[in-house]
Amino acid sequence: MSTKPESGAATRAPGPALLVGLGAVVLLTCYIVAFLMSEDESVVAGLIVAAGVAVLGAYVLGLLQQLRAAYRDHERLMHAAILLGILVVAWVFREDHFTLLMLTTAMLYMTACLGLNIQLGYTGVLNFAGASFFGVGCYTAAVLGSETAIPPLLILPIGGVMAALVGSILVIPVLRTRGHYAAVVTIAFAVLFRTFLQVNDALGGPQGLSVPQMSLFGWGFNSNIEVGDFYASFYMNYYLLALLLLIGAFALTRRVERSWVGLSMDATRIDELAASCFGITPSRWKITAFMLGNFMIGVAGALLGMMISFIAPANFTFADSLIFLSIVLLGGMGSVWGIALASVIVVLLPEKLQMIQEYRFLLFSALVILVLLFRPNGLLPRGRRAYFPDWRPR
Amino acid sequence: MTALLDCKQMTRRFGGLVALDGLDLQVHGGDILGLIGPNGSGKTTFFNVLTGIYGYSGGTAAFDGQEITNLSPQAVYRAGIARTFQRSRLCLPLSIFDNVMIGNHKRLDQGLWNNIFARKRLRQEVESGFDEARELVRIFEPRLADQMFEPVANFPMIDRRRIEICRALISHPRLLLLDEPSAGMTHEETRELMDDILQVRERIGGLTIIIIEHEMGVIERVTDHCVVLNFGQKIAEGSYREVSSDRHVQEAYLGAE
Repeated sequence: MSTKPESGAATRAPGPALLVGLGAVVLLTCYIVAFLMSEDESVVAGLIVAAGVAVLGAYVLGLLQQLRAAYRDHERLMHAAILLGILVVAWVFREDHFTLLMLTTAMLYMTACLGLNIQLGYTGVLNFAGASFFGVGCYTAAVLGSETAIPPLLILPIGGVMAALVGSILVIPVLRTRGHYAAVVTIAFAVLFRTFLQVNDALGGPQGLSVPQMSLFGWGFNSNIEVGDFYASFYMNYYLLALLLLIGAFALTRRVERSWVGLSMDATRIDELAASCFGITPSRWKITAFMLGNFMIGVAGALLGMMISFIAPANFTFADSLIFLSIVLLGGMGSVWGIALASVIVVLLPEKLQMIQEYRFLLFSALVILVLLFRPNGLLPRGRRAYFPDWRPR
Repeated sequence: MTALLDCKQMTRRFGGLVALDGLDLQVHGGDILGLIGPNGSGKTTFFNVLTGIYGYSGGTAAFDGQEITNLSPQAVYRAGIARTFQRSRLCLPLSIFDNVMIGNHKRLDQGLWNNIFARKRLRQEVESGFDEARELVRIFEPRLADQMFEPVANFPMIDRRRIEICRALISHPRLLLLDEPSAGMTHEETRELMDDILQVRERIGGLTIIIIEHEMGVIERVTDHCVVLNFGQKIAEGSYREVSSDRHVQEAYLGAE
């Protein structure tokens, strides 16, 4: 793909905004490292307060605006910086099993929520069965991994296809009903799915199944990386693969949004009747979004299953679907960066603050209500559609 | 000469209510037809049936010689009929450009694969689409042409109407249906908007318009021909001067003595 900047603004000399942008990425990387390193709960709480104060301060000083400008004008460079930051974090915690597991989980949640975002954020299809489709991916990985000789890498997309196929039985009821009623259909499915898993002995019943590990070209992902003096936790394998998946999901979501497809999906969400009068077929886009979203959720689920290596129906309850949805609502419907931020908050916070572990549902529901009250578009609201980041019509 | 739009005995019932009662209506290419009548006389219902939102309870419609009875809204749009709504139905969070391009749906490549992977082609489509959309918006209001990426929610009613009409015009329809374009605007704004519409019509040769309007000043000024509805039936037809002096029309509006 050509990246040659053609219009004037894209070649603009890197100004102070870019410095602010890169500085923010460096700062954020350091912050995440510090946050993950701190053991003491009071330190963690202090860091959270510090983050709030810093964001407020940056807002007052107008730095957030510059950050937005930096991202808008230098998207590729900022993406590269963020990617580097993610790799630095991985390097720092290369020997730490638990931290890598947490971070990988956050990335897989992010991938799944990007799928939900295509459904809810773009097309307005409310899916309360996110965890079920995640589970379809997990169980596909368990069954295919142990019963067949299909290469594990191929199992990931098959997990996605299975999730989309299972989802397709919901297509007709979801299209026939509207709004809350469509939501009820998916809730019913989520409950049915869990019950189905519990009574199905072939799938391990309530005890669940073990999932064979991921392996690539004969390299088993469940072995630690030791090359000479270098040592890294086996979770590093999963971390890197999950990062690749996330990049793919991110690029896919972005390209869907920044195209006529994204426009038709938005029109479907906002006003079906008006969209119909301009040739848009709402059902076509609802089906596309539902299938594509479930595919992404299923792929993420398959890899998560391989990583945690044991799955049971209790992992895929209605409550877990709510967690997925609350990530999308917290971050901001349609906002990819909002979802990234919210996944990190939702996955990391309870692990770091053990005292809230038991109350996390209470906390998240309170947080969602607060966000919907005071920032109805989410923590990082979706920006305007820029079809091409370096396109500056004048 | 055959008419561009030819509706015969068009009927629509809602339960016991007959909203459109055997309406015969012809529009010739290039004309501006005014559709008037008291509230509830079936004007908007006529638009909704014609554009496929409601099904026909009876009758037929032909557009440019092609049968369009009971087609879906999508098919009616593809045949070349575009409309605006009585209460503006733009996508408020989306930009002017996005809203106008929604109206261009039939000329844009909607394939999922091409949209995701053939980005170079998409870029050409976006760029040429942008130029075209901006030129169209510029005819209505040059100020708006410089703010193509602002969300529509930031603009006042008159600008929203302009954008809505641009959305309807971008796909080069043969027939434009305007449902009360003056609703929610001042006299001065309405006048301005009508000037714009007449100007656009001159530029886009062969555009035919049906306009529903309560402002008689507007009807008098812009229409070639008027049809008056009452209780879903046509009670008068002719030039504005003719229908406004018609006894049935005066009775419908003011009541019989």
